[in-house]
Amino acid sequence: MHIPDGFLSPEVAAACAVPAIGAVGYGLRRASRELDERRVPLLGVTAAFVFAAQMLNFPVAGGTSGHFLGAALAAILLGPWLAGLVLSVVLVVQSFVFADGGVTALGANVLNMGVIGALVVGGLMVGAQRVLPQRRGAFLAVAGVGAWLAVMAGATATAFELAISGTVPLGTVLPAMLGVHTLIGIGEAVITVAAVSAVMTTRPDVVRALPQGVPA
Amino acid sequence: MKWFTILVLALAIGLATAASPFASSSPDGLERVATDKGFAPRAESREAPLLDYGSDSKLATGLAGFAGTLLVFAIGGAIARAARR
Repeated sequence: MHIPDGFLSPEVAAACAVPAIGAVGYGLRRASRELDERRVPLLGVTAAFVFAAQMLNFPVAGGTSGHFLGAALAAILLGPWLAGLVLSVVLVVQSFVFADGGVTALGANVLNMGVIGALVVGGLMVGAQRVLPQRRGAFLAVAGVGAWLAVMAGATATAFELAISGTVPLGTVLPAMLGVHTLIGIGEAVITVAAVSAVMTTRPDVVRALPQGVPA
Repeated sequence: MKWFTILVLALAIGLATAASPFASSSPDGLERVATDKGFAPRAESREAPLLDYGSDSKLATGLAGFAGTLLVFAIGGAIARAARR
């Protein structure tokens, strides 16, 4: 879902960069408060895993592939603001070292693949804690639904940015983006649930979104 | 935490190095939509040290994955340590 240079108007690119920079800056402030000695390595290793998993494009229908985004996984492990920080590290390296995603589009890509999905999942986790039973299965189900929603929210934001830029009409791009990402989001959900489940089994104490009392 | 970090980092490096050369090379969701809806030609081509993950060969892709994973781990780790001070 990496937007290359040339797809966005300068105005839209700038309008996306401002909140992206704000969210990353706030993520840095939260990191200074929330990362204790034990959790410091978690930020780098989550970023490394997200980067690696993003390279593994899986086939979806009709000669199209999808890849993991990781905002949901990072938000569950580190909270939504640190997740935005993690995804910005991944996206900056992808853009500058691998030319995957444009430089002027970096703000939009950080929003679409990082901040927006992370906040969706963060909000969902808080809401689900109030209404759902405190069980492992329920927690993993919410993680999976959140991962799918994060991809759909990112696809929606991308469609709006392209349409406002005058690149393609909204009525054309939005259904197309939502259609293909409905499938890609399922892949995101499967990988997120598998990863969260594995971490809950090995180190439940590092899963920030895990409420007290949920059996790992 | 040390062993957890080593384990996850090893998994990430293994996936990026050994599995990524065999990942699907089909266009992703946005690339597919851009082609189908006719705005793909607007994309500006770029120069970069490891353009498109060295997609010309499996070895280059694996090495790009290896280097990229370590780089992301190093930057993420540096930010986390710097933020704590």
